[in-house]
Amino acid sequence: MADRIATVFMWGVALLISAVFAWIVGDLLLQGLPHLSWGFLSATPTDAGRAGGILPILVSTLLILAVCMVVAIPLGLGTAVLLSEFGRRNPLFGRLVRYSLDVLAGVPSIVFGLFGNAFFSLYLGMGFSILSGGLTLACMVLPLLIRSSETALRAVPDDYRRAAAALGLPVFATLWRILLPAATPGLIAGLVLGIGRALAETAALLFTSGYVDRMPGSLLDSGRSLSIHIYDLAMNVPGGESNAYASAVVLIMLLLIINALTFRAADRWLHQRITAV
Amino acid sequence: MSENCSPAAAESVSDDPQSQRPWMQREACCATYEPCLQVRDLAIAYAGKPALRNVTFDIPRGCITAIVGPSGCGKSSFLSSLNRLSDLTDGCRVSGSVRIEGQEIVGAEIDLIALRRQVGMIFQKPNPFPLSIRENLTFPLKHHGMSDRQAREAAVENVLRRVGLWEEVKDRLDAPALGLSGGQQQRLCLARALVLSPKVLLLDEPCSALDPLASAVVEDLIASLRGDYTVVIVTHNLAQARRIADNVAMFWLVDGAGTVVEHGRAASVFEAPANPITAAYIAGARG
Repeated sequence: MADRIATVFMWGVALLISAVFAWIVGDLLLQGLPHLSWGFLSATPTDAGRAGGILPILVSTLLILAVCMVVAIPLGLGTAVLLSEFGRRNPLFGRLVRYSLDVLAGVPSIVFGLFGNAFFSLYLGMGFSILSGGLTLACMVLPLLIRSSETALRAVPDDYRRAAAALGLPVFATLWRILLPAATPGLIAGLVLGIGRALAETAALLFTSGYVDRMPGSLLDSGRSLSIHIYDLAMNVPGGESNAYASAVVLIMLLLIINALTFRAADRWLHQRITAV
Repeated sequence: MSENCSPAAAESVSDDPQSQRPWMQREACCATYEPCLQVRDLAIAYAGKPALRNVTFDIPRGCITAIVGPSGCGKSSFLSSLNRLSDLTDGCRVSGSVRIEGQEIVGAEIDLIALRRQVGMIFQKPNPFPLSIRENLTFPLKHHGMSDRQAREAAVENVLRRVGLWEEVKDRLDAPALGLSGGQQQRLCLARALVLSPKVLLLDEPCSALDPLASAVVEDLIASLRGDYTVVIVTHNLAQARRIADNVAMFWLVDGAGTVVEHGRAASVFEAPANPITAAYIAGARG
């Protein structure tokens, strides 16, 4: 009897979660899809976004994401390797770094926005720019990326490390050829989470990359991200709801496409480098 | 390393039923007891707690030396101090002296990479890299400076034949090594150690994770190494030690730390143990 109640309860919870997801996506698709067209993707916004398309916004979003990832991936991977492979000699240092990261991961994004504004935009003189926004996002995504990469690396069996050490193989060759490929699935999962977080971010970008909806000419131009565009259309522009819906659909599709491409690229790389998992 | 017992003997394994048991030529292969490793007053402690102390004995060149004794008396610690893999364990301190062919390896200023190239190791659980069968062997070779691809391929075939894996895998060298069976994986690990042409091989219970059939194959293989390599094998299986060892060191827990209570030729240790502890252990294990 207790088993049956438990089963029903679990199914209920699972269905509830799926239902919420289906509701959100369904609502978005219902309201957004009719406004979605090639023209919408390839035109510039007019009338404060009520009409026209989102091309410059799409470009800005991708540029911000690119800046963020170009900075965050090497830094994140480097720190994760330091923590998991070399941090054992100095546990106090590792604990300190991990603790800082956990605190950083919980800091509200608006605080990151203020920090980015003060440091990148004002102190370093980048102004409201895609560069400033991307760097701020990188700061935000880093804790997530580092902790997930570290976990992925730690999950690689010690057997490999001992085998490699016993063969007199250099640490970096082992890392590059054995440990990182073996950790790839975990690394990718973390990366995808990071990308999701970066694409969804609104508050931190308000103060850093700004909300100019023209096509950016360089990384030092201000650029409006999709999430900010949606926020602006939904909150500040009467009559902008339908385009807000359409933009939201684009954002979700973008996320799905980037995730799929990332997984595919990782799969390919994995197949080239190691032949089994 | 006499000529009687060497690769030639191994090559002929498949042809001549007599030589299917190359370890029968024990006397020929391990005739002279010249020390290859000289262990003097070796002690190992983990975070200040002694695990092993006063270990002093010689390990003869070209022979198979079995390290036996109950669990927790420092056998594996001893083994990992011989290739300095103990360095990987935090808080592990090794003191005393170990000379391999006269060269001291305990202490700071030794070339670990060169040491580990000379001293191969096989672990209890087979641990091939998650690479293809071929890459498991070429990867170490590349990093030890064999840049000629053809030479590497030749070395791969040679060493796979040596461990009797060539016929089984020659058509799928690019298949994942983790797809092999446990016994095959362990033989691949042995091949991976042999491909660097070490002088000494350390085996940490190499058969204990394998099924009886695979275990027998690996055991025969280890026996066939006699003469070509100085083999040190930790084993819980006394019957196995009896079958393959030329030389035995009996480890025992004394005052909270492991030490060697008896060592010498296998025949004398097994048939006429001098130490009552050894006698009781062997008798107990027998019954």
